[in-house]
Amino acid sequence: MSILIKGGRVVDPKNNIDKILDVLVKDGRIAKVAADIDEKADRVIDAGGKVVAPGLIDLHVHFREPGYEYKEDIETGSRAASRGGVTTVVCMPNTDPPIDNPALVKYVLDRGREVGLTNVLTVGCVTKGQQSKELSEMGELKNAGAIGVSDDGRPVINPSLMRRALEYASMFDLPVMSHSEDLDLVDGGSMNEGYMSTYLGLRGIPKCAESVAVTRDVLIAEEVGGRLHVCHVSTRNSIDAIRRAKKRGANITCETAPHYFSLTDKAVDGFNTNAKMNPPLRDEDDVNAVIEGLIDGTIDAIATDHAPHDKDEKDIEFEYALNGIVGLETSLALGYTNLVMSGKLTLSQLIEKMSTNPADIIKIDKGTLGEGKAADIVIFDTEHEYEVDPEKFASKNHNCPYGGMKLRGRVDTTILGGNIVYEREM
Amino acid sequence: MIKDLLGLKETSAEDITAILDDADKLKREVLLSENKKSNLLSGKGVITLFYENSTRTRVSFEMASKYLGATAANMSSSGSSVAKGETLIDTVKTLEAMDTDVIIIRHSMSGAPHLVARHCGCRIVNAGDGMNEHPTQALLDFMTMREEKGDIKGLKVAIIGDIKHSRVARSNIYGLKKLGAEVALAGPSTLLPKNLEEMEVKVYTDVDKAIEGADIVMGLRIQLERQKKGLFPSVREYNKYFGVDKRRLALAKPDAILMHPGPVNRGVELNPDIIDGPQSVINKQVTNGVCVRMAVLNMVANGRRYESKSK
Repeated sequence: MSILIKGGRVVDPKNNIDKILDVLVKDGRIAKVAADIDEKADRVIDAGGKVVAPGLIDLHVHFREPGYEYKEDIETGSRAASRGGVTTVVCMPNTDPPIDNPALVKYVLDRGREVGLTNVLTVGCVTKGQQSKELSEMGELKNAGAIGVSDDGRPVINPSLMRRALEYASMFDLPVMSHSEDLDLVDGGSMNEGYMSTYLGLRGIPKCAESVAVTRDVLIAEEVGGRLHVCHVSTRNSIDAIRRAKKRGANITCETAPHYFSLTDKAVDGFNTNAKMNPPLRDEDDVNAVIEGLIDGTIDAIATDHAPHDKDEKDIEFEYALNGIVGLETSLALGYTNLVMSGKLTLSQLIEKMSTNPADIIKIDKGTLGEGKAADIVIFDTEHEYEVDPEKFASKNHNCPYGGMKLRGRVDTTILGGNIVYEREM
Repeated sequence: MIKDLLGLKETSAEDITAILDDADKLKREVLLSENKKSNLLSGKGVITLFYENSTRTRVSFEMASKYLGATAANMSSSGSSVAKGETLIDTVKTLEAMDTDVIIIRHSMSGAPHLVARHCGCRIVNAGDGMNEHPTQALLDFMTMREEKGDIKGLKVAIIGDIKHSRVARSNIYGLKKLGAEVALAGPSTLLPKNLEEMEVKVYTDVDKAIEGADIVMGLRIQLERQKKGLFPSVREYNKYFGVDKRRLALAKPDAILMHPGPVNRGVELNPDIIDGPQSVINKQVTNGVCVRMAVLNMVANGRRYESKSK
C-alpha cells in the first residue's frame, strides 16, 4: 500500500520544514518528502490548501479500560483519537483495577493493537493501587511496555514517597508523570477560587493547591534527579516554578491542556458541569500565563486529559459531578484557533507541542515526517470554520464545554502506520 | 414576570419590586385579615422538597401555600427514597409525575435548583441552595426594610458575619445592588470569600467601619463547626471582634434596624441585649417571610401578579 499526499503545506518541526511539498508513504513508512513527487501510488490524496503534519501524540488520555467501559473503552477512545488526528495516546492508569501490574499493561497495549486506530501506549501506577503507600513494580511495568509512571487522578501524597519514586523510576529511565495537587489545600473545593466561586457560592480550590504541589515536586526532582513530567499545569505560579527550575537546568517537562488556554472559570456560570475538571478552569491571568509558557517553551506539550464521564456522572449537582471533559476530537482545532490564528504560536510551534515534543518526552521514534519514520500523519483544514457538535463525537460520552463553538483546524485524514484510519466525509 | 425563582442573580429589579408589592397586599388582605384563607392557589399542588434541615423556612412555605388554598405536601431527605440513593432528578421527576405544580427545594449543593429546573416541567422555587442563594430570605428582608424605611434605594446596609458560607448574604447582595442600596460587608478574613469587592460592595474586617452610619444592620448566623475547621480561633474571640452589641449598633444611624435570618446564636453573632431590643425587627422578618412566599408562589403557579381585592 502506498499513498501520495500532494500539494499540502508540510509542517515538520523536527526537520525544520514548513512549505508546500508532497509526501510519499510506502510500506507503512515515510518514503519521501519532496516537491512534485512523480511516482505512482495506490492512493493519491489532494492536500491542496491543507496542512500535512506528523500525527499528534497525546500524553494524557483516560480510555477507562478496564473497569469503566461505560465511560469509554479502548475502541471508542481510539476512534475518537483517530478523528482528532491523534496517532499516539498515553493512557492514564486510574482504571479499576488500576494499571499497577505488568498483566494490565500488556492488556491495554494488546487491546490497542487489536483495535488498530491509534497507537495506544500506557503508563503504569507510581504506587500500588494508586494508594500513595508503596511503590509499584516499575521495572516490571517498564518490561511489559509502560512508557512512564503516574498516579494521575491523584497526587503522590507523601513527599518522601515522591522522592523515592523519582529516584527509583530514574533507574529504568521512566518519566514520573505527576498529577501535582495538595489535597489539604483543595479542602473540598469544586472550582477555581476567585470571583466566580464567590458569585456561584461554590467552594473554591485555591491556585496554591496546584502551585505548592508543583513546586514541591519540582524541587524534589531537581535534587534527586529523575525525569519529572508535570501533568496539566494551569496556574501562573506553577508555570513560574517550572520555568525557574528549567533555567537552573533541571530535567523537567510539563504539559497543559487545551481548556487551560481556551476557557476561564466563567464557563462554570450556570453550574455547568461540563466545565468542571481537575485542575479547575482558572482566570484570565492564568490563561495568559499558560500561553506565555507555551510561547517561551516552559510548557513543552499540549495533552488533552481526555476524560469521558457518563451522563449520570455529569448531569447532577455540581459538587457531586465528576471531574473531566472529553478532548481528543477538539484539541487540534482549539490549538489552531486559539494559539495559531491569534498569532501566539506559529503552526510549527503548535505541532511541536502536540507531536514532536511529546514524542521526545516519552522517547518514542515518532513526531516527525522524516524519511524512514513510521507514517503517522494528520491532514487538516485550516481554511474553513466549523461548529463543534459534541453529539457527533466518536467518544462514548459527550461531556464537553465546546458545543456550538466555531473553530478552524478540523481533521480531514488520519494515517496510522501507512493506513488511513480516518477520513472525514466531505 | 418570573417563571421560577432560582435566585436573585436571575431576577430583575422590576420582578423583585413586583414580588414585594404583591407581598405587601397579601399581608394586608390575607395574613392580617379576619379569615386567613384565599383561593388563589386552590387546585394547585405544591411540594416542599428539603434535603437539609430547616424549620422556619419549610413551615413558612407550608403556611404560605395553605393560606392560599394550595394542596401542599412535604418531603425531606430522611424517610424518603433519597435515603435509598435515588438521584435528585429522578426524585423530582417522580414528584412531577404526581401532577405537582410547584416544587420548593432546599439542598446543600449550590445550583441544585438550577439543575432541577433544567429537567423538570414544574415551577421551581429555591428555598436555599448550598452557599449560593436563599432568595425568599432576601425578599423578606427587603419587604421588612421597605416597611421600616420606605424605599430601599440609597439605604446603607451592613451585613456582618460569615459572608463566605452565607447564601443569605449572596441573595441580599444581588438584590440590594439591583434595588440601588449601598452594601457593606464585614467579617473575619477567613470568612470573606475571594474577590468580593468585584460585586461593587464595601468589604471590611473591622465591623465598626461597616456599621458606621448604616440604616440596616444584619447579623448572619455563624455555624459553630467552622471553629473546628480552623476558620476562627474561638467563639469568645469571634464575639469580641465580630459580634454586634449595643456599642456597635450605636455606630449605625439612630433609627437603624437590626435584622437576622435566624436562628440566632445568642451571645455569638448578636448580643442578647440588642436581639430583644427596640431596634430588632427579627420577628417581623418571620411574619414577612410568609407574605413574600405567598407572593412568589402565586406568581410562579399562576403566572400573574396578585390582584388586590380593594380597588
